[in-house]
Amino acid sequence: MPFACIFVPNFPMAAICRAEPELRTQAVAIFDGTPPLETVFAVNESANRAGIASGITKAQAELCSQLTLRQRSPLQESAAHAALLDCAQSFSPCVEDVAADTAILDLAGLGSLFGTLPEIARNLLRCAVDLGLEVNVAVASNPDTAVIAARGFPGITVIPSGKETECLGSLPVEVLFAGQPGALKAGNEKKDKEKRSKLKKEADQFLETLDRWGVRNLHSLAVLPEIALSERLGQEGLRLQQLARGTASRTLVPVEAPAVFEEAIELEFPIVLLEPLAFLLNRLLDQICARLAARTLHTQELRLTLGLQNLTGVNPELDTCGIPSASDQAAESQSPAQHFVSGRQCKFSRTIRLPLPMLDSKLFLKLLQLDLNAHPPGAPIMKIHLIAEPVRPRSAQGSLFRPPSPEPEKLELTLARIAGLVGESCAGSLELRDTHCPEDFRMQRFVAGTVQPDQLRSSSEPEAGKQAAIAAFRMFRPPLRAAVTLENGEPVRVACSKKKEAQGNVLWKAGPWRSSGDWWERKAWARDEWDIALQNTEDVALYRLVHDLLGGGWFVEGAYD
Amino acid sequence: MYSAMISSAAQGRPFVLDEDDADKVCSLSSGNNRGLAVIKEAFAATRSDQSKIKNQKSKIPPASVIPASHLAVRPVPEMVSSGIAEMDALTGGLPRGCLTEICGPASSGRTTLLLSAVAAATRRGEFCAVVDASDALDPHSVAAAGIELDRLLWVRCGKSSQKKSPAAHRKDLATEKNNFNSNSYHAEHSLEQLLRVTDLLLESGGFGLIALDFGDLPPQTARRIPLTTWFRFRRAVEHTPTVLLAIERQSSAGSCSSLLIKLKSIKMGSIKTRPDGNRAYNQRINLPYLMPTHAQLLSELEITAEIVRSRMDRKPVRSAEITFTSKTAWAG
Repeated sequence: MPFACIFVPNFPMAAICRAEPELRTQAVAIFDGTPPLETVFAVNESANRAGIASGITKAQAELCSQLTLRQRSPLQESAAHAALLDCAQSFSPCVEDVAADTAILDLAGLGSLFGTLPEIARNLLRCAVDLGLEVNVAVASNPDTAVIAARGFPGITVIPSGKETECLGSLPVEVLFAGQPGALKAGNEKKDKEKRSKLKKEADQFLETLDRWGVRNLHSLAVLPEIALSERLGQEGLRLQQLARGTASRTLVPVEAPAVFEEAIELEFPIVLLEPLAFLLNRLLDQICARLAARTLHTQELRLTLGLQNLTGVNPELDTCGIPSASDQAAESQSPAQHFVSGRQCKFSRTIRLPLPMLDSKLFLKLLQLDLNAHPPGAPIMKIHLIAEPVRPRSAQGSLFRPPSPEPEKLELTLARIAGLVGESCAGSLELRDTHCPEDFRMQRFVAGTVQPDQLRSSSEPEAGKQAAIAAFRMFRPPLRAAVTLENGEPVRVACSKKKEAQGNVLWKAGPWRSSGDWWERKAWARDEWDIALQNTEDVALYRLVHDLLGGGWFVEGAYD
Repeated sequence: MYSAMISSAAQGRPFVLDEDDADKVCSLSSGNNRGLAVIKEAFAATRSDQSKIKNQKSKIPPASVIPASHLAVRPVPEMVSSGIAEMDALTGGLPRGCLTEICGPASSGRTTLLLSAVAAATRRGEFCAVVDASDALDPHSVAAAGIELDRLLWVRCGKSSQKKSPAAHRKDLATEKNNFNSNSYHAEHSLEQLLRVTDLLLESGGFGLIALDFGDLPPQTARRIPLTTWFRFRRAVEHTPTVLLAIERQSSAGSCSSLLIKLKSIKMGSIKTRPDGNRAYNQRINLPYLMPTHAQLLSELEITAEIVRSRMDRKPVRSAEITFTSKTAWAG
């Protein structure tokens, strides 16, 4: 039964380079620790050539002018690990999460789908590259051999069944102890460190012993007599020998990869303008979309959290430089901006909810740009964190006879642009409320869903043809205040300063129609309505005149048209 | 090089002569009866030149210049129901892929016609958009017209313009024509938003009907829409299944509209009321004050529509008018 192992060499560096691909060509060192005791944790090859080694202090590393220093980012490592699992899961559902940098997948039965074992290995490598990871892929007949080969040989390695010992023989014994302990999780850092130091101590003891014996590669370890080895190193020694021979056998422990799609970038220098932010967002969205595509998922909600620089002496709640005001926040119901201070850093959140599942990074970028243009963060940005809520892709079947409808992706972008022009609450579909108050309605999100054939009512239906047109009413928003002359309690003349047409002698009137409501609340209303015909210069026009019984004024509310 | 055509009596077909040859022939023929042999030589020379010209003509693609008599007739656009049988009988419906203008004064029935068309479109399962320049759409009228609300996109323009900048406000206060300036500013801002939103909607595509409602804007503001904008709209909507409808007081699109319907203002006689009782007859209002006002109920409006321009057929537009009634929602 073949297994494949995907291994990410120099994982912390790979995670950083995945977020910032331009660093691949530079000398980079990653430091970790609490200031001022920060030490270099990982370096890339260029930095190594420049004389930077792991373990030196940050101050020492800073002496190298060509070196780019980055702080270790658990969030980016977590995202890289999730991407690694997504890559494996896109080929097989049976995936074991061995370590932060290593994943094993069962290849049994995949031949008909993906071809031969070398082809599968090539596809795995390609998929990982698409997700921003440079990996080693090894295929072997057992999981442990695949792991050792992936850690030991660069690129693609396919080990035929029965030739494990020969293939692994040239590898150094250190490869048996390589690898990062499990995935980094927030809150478990202390435990991780303890576990890591314990494992390292054990590994150092074994390596020292083997070094004293002159055992420096796996072939030397594989040929040692088993009984003598077990007498000196115990069961662990035998296990290591089986690993070196490639004969260790175990059952794969598959994991269900959590459907968490998040990416983050922590910036060295704050971003002030939205344009450079768009470049970074584009990168994050590309990565998230690639991961979603690898899992055949789409998204319906994007959550963007920006870590803002806490400007001294400025209360972020009162900063008017782009931060939405209270009225703006009240106006938007879909995605209220959240401004909150956690510790010394101010955070700014935006949520974009989509009516349908979509997967188009360009569209998402445009939507985020439009949203941030309408609601700028108001302070320099130090950290970007983007989360996509995964959902299953929408399934729709086209039809020749279905009426045309807007493409959801295009429509969403169009609605966002329109909202930018006229305001978010001014574009959408109507929802009437169950009340008699004439202006009580709500704007809701316009969604162009697919129309089922049974929902269609033909316009050629008899009832549609026979139905008479309904006289429409045009509202004046806000209602026009009018001076009304009364005679026996009835309006006989209307004078409206704001609209010349809506004034003159009343030719005809009907009413009053009295209505009231919400008397138990503060926004109580009570009114008398009159339908009146006014004579303009030549024309006659029909208006609705309203007498506000609570406020006492007269208003022209609209015209029948 | 000029050419002259000479009919040969002998062969009964035209010959094309070069200018020099024609002069030669003319001089020969008008000369003192020179010999026929000389003329024959000239014709022989012209035959060879004619064959050269024919060869040149054969190189020109035959379809490059189409005779006017062979011009293809422009395909007639698909017509859809406007939701009012009388209007459909008059105009044949509303054309897809074209701009239709409905103009008329206040209370002439423009909004009734608009809502009927939108209701008919949503009944067909299409998605519609109303771009409302003066935020005048009445939700209850929309529901009463039978429009399926979830298929109607309503864009309310001009609302954000109410938040004026302090500088503009101060400027308005400084002038005596405060009210006029304010209204003009709102109207222009609304119109600008309407045009930009329409551009976006047309670019997005997929809508069965897009209605531009600037019926409350002053005609002088509407006339400021450049003709190029209307041409752009016409080109954008062409060859799409979208009906582009404009509601206005006076026509402003000029020749860009394929159908122009003018609604006439109502007269007192066209307002029909029903006594607020169980009497089953309508009474004309031209007999006012016979009943108390609270005993009257507006029930019907007579709307008169006229086709001013139609590009649907090649025949000249005849003046055609119809009158139909619209009932109020509470008339039953």
